[in-house]
Amino acid sequence: MVLRVADAIIAAEDYLSEADRNLGDGDHGIGMKRGMLAVKEKLAALDGATPIDKIFQTAGMAMMSSMGGASGVIFGSFYLGGAKAVPGIETLDATSFAAFLQGACDAIMTRGKAQPGDKTMVDALHPAAAAAQTAAIHSLADAAEIIATAAEGGREASKEMIATLGRAKTLGEATLGHPDAGACSIAIILRTMADYIAGK
Amino acid sequence: MPLLKKIINDPNACAAELLEGLVEAYNGAARLEGRGSIVMNNLPAGKVGLLVGGGSGHEPIYHGLVGRNLADGAACGDIFAAPPPDIVLEGAQAVNQGNGVLFLYGNYAGDVLNFDLGAEFARDMGIEVETVLIWDDVPSAPPDKKHNRRGIAGLVPIVKLAGAASTKAANLGELVRITTKARDNTRSVGVSSAPGSIPATGKPTFELPDDVIGLGMGIHGEKGVALIPHQTADELAPKLLDIIFGDDLEFKSGDEVVLLVNSLGSTTMMELLIVLRKVKALLNERGIKVHDTLVGPYVTCQEMAGMSISLTKLDAELKELWDMPCSSVCYTKM
Repeated sequence: MVLRVADAIIAAEDYLSEADRNLGDGDHGIGMKRGMLAVKEKLAALDGATPIDKIFQTAGMAMMSSMGGASGVIFGSFYLGGAKAVPGIETLDATSFAAFLQGACDAIMTRGKAQPGDKTMVDALHPAAAAAQTAAIHSLADAAEIIATAAEGGREASKEMIATLGRAKTLGEATLGHPDAGACSIAIILRTMADYIAGK
Repeated sequence: MPLLKKIINDPNACAAELLEGLVEAYNGAARLEGRGSIVMNNLPAGKVGLLVGGGSGHEPIYHGLVGRNLADGAACGDIFAAPPPDIVLEGAQAVNQGNGVLFLYGNYAGDVLNFDLGAEFARDMGIEVETVLIWDDVPSAPPDKKHNRRGIAGLVPIVKLAGAASTKAANLGELVRITTKARDNTRSVGVSSAPGSIPATGKPTFELPDDVIGLGMGIHGEKGVALIPHQTADELAPKLLDIIFGDDLEFKSGDEVVLLVNSLGSTTMMELLIVLRKVKALLNERGIKVHDTLVGPYVTCQEMAGMSISLTKLDAELKELWDMPCSSVCYTKM
């Protein structure tokens, strides 16, 4: 699943850079690709029996140490924070997926000092994590679909927000109408996870 | 827009390859440490360390400021991207001579996140670390929100003063004190007329209509004061200086300053000198004495067109530190 996410982000490089160019300097896709190539390399070195949380942790470390920029720490914290919330799990179910996303969201908000509404990736991840808590009564596939849809809704909602953090903050109202590039990445990550879980 | 004819190899290898070239430019004085730090050779035992750094692509800073009586090392990221925390840690470890390391870099979210994590890692290994953020760009936030200001070309005089101070500082606290004073005495303002591009995509970092220039615009195209009509050097220079003089640091008759006129990349030395001539005349009118002048491309953003003016006010302590000779790829003072 983590490998599929890496391929999806790498394939979306131009889309993500273009999204960033409307608000930042247009290199988000480049950084994310660099991180996901490192994820693929590090995961390839793991053996088949590696526990789930260790896979997430390896992916997070790979991103954090390869990407640089704000997104290296932030997206590294996605997997690292999520991994910490699901220690030792043997299978991913709707409940542990919800715990993973809550851990990821908490870690990112703490590290990046971002709140919902700041027009950051938190605006896709926070609603997704919240949806995951209520969706935990469903099957993993149904929950993942609800989560991905919530993240996409968050990405769309970020268009109507004015950036208050990061490089885009100095652009103020000029950021209206454009989704946050980090929120775009989160939507891709969670949609790809949902598709993978559903066997698509 | 057609791709610029950049003379490079793999566009994704630019940051790594420019560091290899930079080590050659240092010709034995500095080395590549770990994955992305440039560090001076033969640092004196017990010296208080000074580590600068940030994204690459803005040469000759930051890594070009590694030098004698300047920075001991620089942690370098990919093009326009802050260095990851483990590169910061590698730089800190190499710079540390047992009496701690000051992290000195521009106030950008990505740099703060990565250097702060690197500082946590370094402290876990027993290295004392303090941080001074550079925030000289006046138009980027009001005076009561300086912690939101960006770091631009004023970093050059600040690093120069910090480097000189680091050779004499008895401890990390003293270096923090002097560097903070240098930072608080420095103000900059820029203007841009055309964007630079990202080597890996060939695309401009922002867009600007043909007939306007961005007053106060940041080096990555961040919004400034206003878009104004393209105008002459003599019309522009007083507008830039007025922004600095309108801030909360008083520059009065009799004050001594270091003046830096910086090109963002493709603005020529001819243009800088024409602006410098006017700026000097305006400073003379106010009775402000220019102790030293730097003019040239120090903080760039590829082929971005535009320039900035920085003033650093010197007191007796800073003046003595300024007069200390130094040498590096970016800046040398006899």
